[in-house]
Amino acid sequence: MTTLRPRYSLARDWLPILVCGIILFVILPQVLSSFQINLLGRFLTYAIVALGLDLIWGYTGMMSLGQGLFFGLGAYCFAMYLNLEAAGKNLPEFMPLYGVTELPWLWQPFHSPIVAIILAVVVPMLVAGLLGFMVFRSRVQGVYFSIITQALTAIVALLLVGQQQLINGTNGITEMRTIFGYKLSDPNTKLALYIITGVVLGAVFILCRFLIRTRFGRLLVAVRDDENRVRFAGYNPVAIKVAVFALSAGIAGLAGALFVPQVGIIAPKQLDITASIEIVIWVAVGGRGSLIGAILGALLVNTGKSVISSARPDIWQFIMGGLFVGVVLLFPKGIVGAIRDLLKRFKPNWRMPASPNLEVETTTLAAGEQQ
Amino acid sequence: MELILSQIFNGVSLGSILLLAALGLAFSFGLMKVINMAHGEFIMVGAYVTYFFQQFIAPALGGENAAKGGLFFILSIPAAFIITGALGYLLEVLIIRRLYGRPLDTLLATWGVGLMLQQLARSYDSRNVPVTSPDWLNGGLMISDALSLPYKRIFIIALVVFCIIGIYYYLYRSPQGRRTRAVMQNREIASVLGVATRRVDVLTFALGAGLAGVAGSALTLLGQIGPQVGTGYIVDAFMVVVLGGVGSLPGTIIAAFTIGIFNTFLEMSTTATLGKVLVFALIIAFLQWRPNGLVAVRSRT
Repeated sequence: MTTLRPRYSLARDWLPILVCGIILFVILPQVLSSFQINLLGRFLTYAIVALGLDLIWGYTGMMSLGQGLFFGLGAYCFAMYLNLEAAGKNLPEFMPLYGVTELPWLWQPFHSPIVAIILAVVVPMLVAGLLGFMVFRSRVQGVYFSIITQALTAIVALLLVGQQQLINGTNGITEMRTIFGYKLSDPNTKLALYIITGVVLGAVFILCRFLIRTRFGRLLVAVRDDENRVRFAGYNPVAIKVAVFALSAGIAGLAGALFVPQVGIIAPKQLDITASIEIVIWVAVGGRGSLIGAILGALLVNTGKSVISSARPDIWQFIMGGLFVGVVLLFPKGIVGAIRDLLKRFKPNWRMPASPNLEVETTTLAAGEQQ
Repeated sequence: MELILSQIFNGVSLGSILLLAALGLAFSFGLMKVINMAHGEFIMVGAYVTYFFQQFIAPALGGENAAKGGLFFILSIPAAFIITGALGYLLEVLIIRRLYGRPLDTLLATWGVGLMLQQLARSYDSRNVPVTSPDWLNGGLMISDALSLPYKRIFIIALVVFCIIGIYYYLYRSPQGRRTRAVMQNREIASVLGVATRRVDVLTFALGAGLAGVAGSALTLLGQIGPQVGTGYIVDAFMVVVLGGVGSLPGTIIAAFTIGIFNTFLEMSTTATLGKVLVFALIIAFLQWRPNGLVAVRSRT
């Protein structure tokens, strides 16, 4: 560790992105079937959420169990637009069933796709910002934060189930036919959605990488490692934490908006606690505190899930449970961390380690006790 | 008037169930800062112990009508305590002990264990199964024509009172409890003074798990049980712990009954879901005022 600042080179920074871009956009569409492209497109939206979670968990040390909720809120926002487009001049198909005769005011903004996308990002950001402000201001830390975000997720899921007239309750929003006038069932539309998702993933990745290299990024890590010291140094940890929580929620909402046209359904069940914790395990498997790791984990776990659970759904639950236990006990730094450790063994001082220090949580815990 | 009385009774009843589910959590959380996400599944295990007692022990106790007599039910409560307690012991020794000082990782690992336990139950039988309540718990105590308090709910309240008295005697009147409180207050000093802190940890965790088992047994009185019987209560139980304050028995008790009563009254005046949302909002608002919960334990760490 001779230099404090890791060396950034143009080749090392951008070449891998170019290679991934070529693989994603040129090679894979040739090789995979339309069904597989659609599936991969869905996994790419998961990778976007994982990036958001990595910012708040891997870098800032706060395990949010609300990412599934933010993802779902984004998905609902965009689903409402798709639903309205499918309905045309009529009411969404489920509303007459519950005796609704007029479009509720909540639905009005979703006639416009642009507004729908903006709301898909802004609504989760507002929810996260508000909850974050309340929670961080009272210095709720560590596992408390996880429990409270988890409770929020559970309660919103419940709330959505109860709103039958507004958003079709448990059944969710399912009636979607076209997007911007293109048929959703058309393979070309699916390919286009896949490519858009890939581009957004790349953009979010570049944004996150930019952020963690700025002063803001260093502050995130500093908050994780010793929040009190950050406070004593004159920064306001509450503002930093609210900002990163809102940002990660916005990223999750954007991913949700990309998810829904590729799947064609969003229901309250898809944003319950289980979904949120699964997002955590993707990042844990890939390697927390590494952006590549977050993407890798999301893609690998979901590929495994779709391969195994289509054959033996009961087995998958055991594997999933084992994954939680195994990763935490054996590979706490995830795949990327394990590879880094391996490389370090052969090439000492190869590069400044950017992986998080796992003793961190002890210090946050101690800090929590000192209040 | 009778409506209010019956709502208060319902609130106390809900609070007692929440308390039963939360006691074990509060124990392990207060002592070890461990979030046990498998707690809901421990509750499920307790419920299934009672179910298996009905299926296998009740016929052995006395033929056809044994289930209605309820002896099996009474016997199954301590059995559920012991069996889930043993499970908790195993979980602590095999996993939690290795994650000491990493509370977020413990949360993930215990969630994994919960997933596996739930799938195990689902592989056995994914349907919900009924447990016959003892005859003497059917019906209710008639206060007036319009107000009757079901015996089942009174039984659960009595069971909670029994558990609390038991915990009180354990914590404040037994040598092991004294050691537990010492570790809760200051782990390092307790260890220096010769308390085997790891042993306290594992016993406390097993005790917390055992209480989950008792909660599971009690839940069989209120409806059918299935692989997901515990998950419905777990989020509320966590809120009880957060509201009550870490490691404080009185705090947990007050928090459980407060949430129970608020919940029933808000649900009565609004809707079931809106009531829950309001309770959550109130808890967040309360934490603004007292971030450490109702009763904060003073400790020097």
